[in-house]
Amino acid sequence: MKRQLFLILMLFVVVFSLVRCQSSSDSANGSSSSGSSDSSLSGSVKIDGSSTVFPISQAVAEDFKAKYPNVEVAVAQSGTGGGFKKFSKGEIDISDASRPIKPEEAEECKKNGVEYIEIPIAFDALAVVVNPKNDWVEHLTVEELKRIWEPAAQGKITNWSQVRPNFPDKPLKLFGAGVDSGTFDYFTAAIVGEEDASRGDFTASEDDNILVQGVAGDAGGLGFFGIAYFEENQDKLRAIPIDDGIADNGDGPQHPTADNVISGVYQPLARPIFIYVNKKALDRPEVKAFVEFYIENMAALSKEVGYVPLPDNLMPLLKARFEKRVTGSAFGEKGSIVGVKLEDLYKAEEGK
Amino acid sequence: MIAQPIQTPAGWRRRERIRESLFKVIGVSVLLFAMMALTALLVNILLDGFQRLGFDFLNNYASRRAAQAGVKAALVGSLWMAVLTAMIAVPIGIGAALYLEEFSRKGGWARFIEINIANLAGVPSVIYGLLGLQVFVRVFGFGESLLAGACTLALLVLPVIITAAREALRTVPQNIREGSLALGATGWQTVRFSVLPVAFPSMLTGVILALSRAVGETAPLIVVGAAAYIASLPSGALSSYTVLPIQIYDWVSRPQHTFHQNAAAAIIVLLVMLLSLNAIAIWLRNRFQKRLAI
Repeated sequence: MKRQLFLILMLFVVVFSLVRCQSSSDSANGSSSSGSSDSSLSGSVKIDGSSTVFPISQAVAEDFKAKYPNVEVAVAQSGTGGGFKKFSKGEIDISDASRPIKPEEAEECKKNGVEYIEIPIAFDALAVVVNPKNDWVEHLTVEELKRIWEPAAQGKITNWSQVRPNFPDKPLKLFGAGVDSGTFDYFTAAIVGEEDASRGDFTASEDDNILVQGVAGDAGGLGFFGIAYFEENQDKLRAIPIDDGIADNGDGPQHPTADNVISGVYQPLARPIFIYVNKKALDRPEVKAFVEFYIENMAALSKEVGYVPLPDNLMPLLKARFEKRVTGSAFGEKGSIVGVKLEDLYKAEEGK
Repeated sequence: MIAQPIQTPAGWRRRERIRESLFKVIGVSVLLFAMMALTALLVNILLDGFQRLGFDFLNNYASRRAAQAGVKAALVGSLWMAVLTAMIAVPIGIGAALYLEEFSRKGGWARFIEINIANLAGVPSVIYGLLGLQVFVRVFGFGESLLAGACTLALLVLPVIITAAREALRTVPQNIREGSLALGATGWQTVRFSVLPVAFPSMLTGVILALSRAVGETAPLIVVGAAAYIASLPSGALSSYTVLPIQIYDWVSRPQHTFHQNAAAAIIVLLVMLLSLNAIAIWLRNRFQKRLAI
């Protein structure tokens, strides 16, 4: 008898302390919130999807929460594909995506009556990096990168001298994104020309920090990942300018800088990233407020967390598109398109 | 046939003694190696994360600014998760063990269940996540809530609890049951007043192991929709949530080193939480054992 009492007591203590925790935090929130906060709005916003987009959505959610303390915003990261799966079933309000929606995913949305609004929010650029001890590479062309990464290179291209004749006889060690990531999808589409077509004999990791360590520890290393990871590790890595051989978007090799990404000359390794909003969810005032807040703040916040903001002249276009609730994808629901200017795409769509 | 050299008993003994000391050396060095790896890991994490620990770290929500980020939502979420998982898994697990050991007839049916439990213990945890996503999140309609996560984790740890509870029941001497039955107690009374009290302390060991595993899981919870960022605490079992391992996973994968320090600090918090859960359970076990001795 005593034993049971004791157990029940323990349970009560735990549950009670949790509830206490909660109520004290609520009151703390209420008192600390600044005058600009609006507590009349309540409800919840559910976001899931790409881990690449996650830091931006988190930053927006954080600032939104400060303004509307009673709205619960939950941001999960189960990957672009996983996010779209939930999105197409209407389980989440917003899907974070590091690539445009694919035909199968759009089909699934249509089947379940989910209409969506596509909003590009920032650019993510991929940096191609080598070890600082590497003093022979000044730049690489897309052609050369393709020769290194295409499936036919497997087991054959293993030395720098095979990449360009005047490169020294040094072993070539490759590091790249994990095959399930949107980064891998995009890199292969942009460089090899076909999504997911790549050699298999490279060190792959979903964790970009592992790739950073790999290239930093190998004089013959070559790798690719988001520029945020390069910028944090500039003392250990050297980014290689890339020449895509097309004179229209900047002649010669281009460095992976924010300016080059915005002006569209760092091609093809800069890609837009998106959020997809369930149109029906916008009937809920908290979701509408959140998306409006997102569009308003995405330029500043994406820059703060290490991404490249969209060009200013695109903003009015995107805002108008959202106000008019234009549904569907400007990418024609075909997945990634390499080397296209967002402005052209959305203007073309408007003209239709 | 090759003639074996005939050994004197003394020579034989010397050889065996050398073998024994050699085995000791190997044993101790393996142990040292394992301990060194663990110590190196702990020291590394402590050095990295110690400076970030403090009241603010426990009382702040996650943030894009590493210096202001904390583990409040994750810590409270993990506590909720541990309590809910235990509330679901412990009664079912112990009940299943009682049925299998005390009530079921030993036959094909019991063996079939046994084999299934053993198989379940070997299923990768992500698979439980996929199962939970379909069954608890969608069919049962729990949504991406604490309850759905706890049900999934409960399934994940059930085999551990059941196996440990069965082992515990097997150590109860048969004559205790016979004595109770001889005095006219029913089967249920025997289990309730004679068998369970004796077996309970070692059952707790299984519960400890199971909960420690549940608290450290990441993959199944990502699948069933645990948030990686949420700036409010759960208000009930149907709230959205995040847990410490997911928070750690997020911070480790960030580019900035300051976030890696946060991850190290969060790992310390998780370790302390696990150790205190274990300490509570060990204390409980000792209490019960002492009472039994009297």
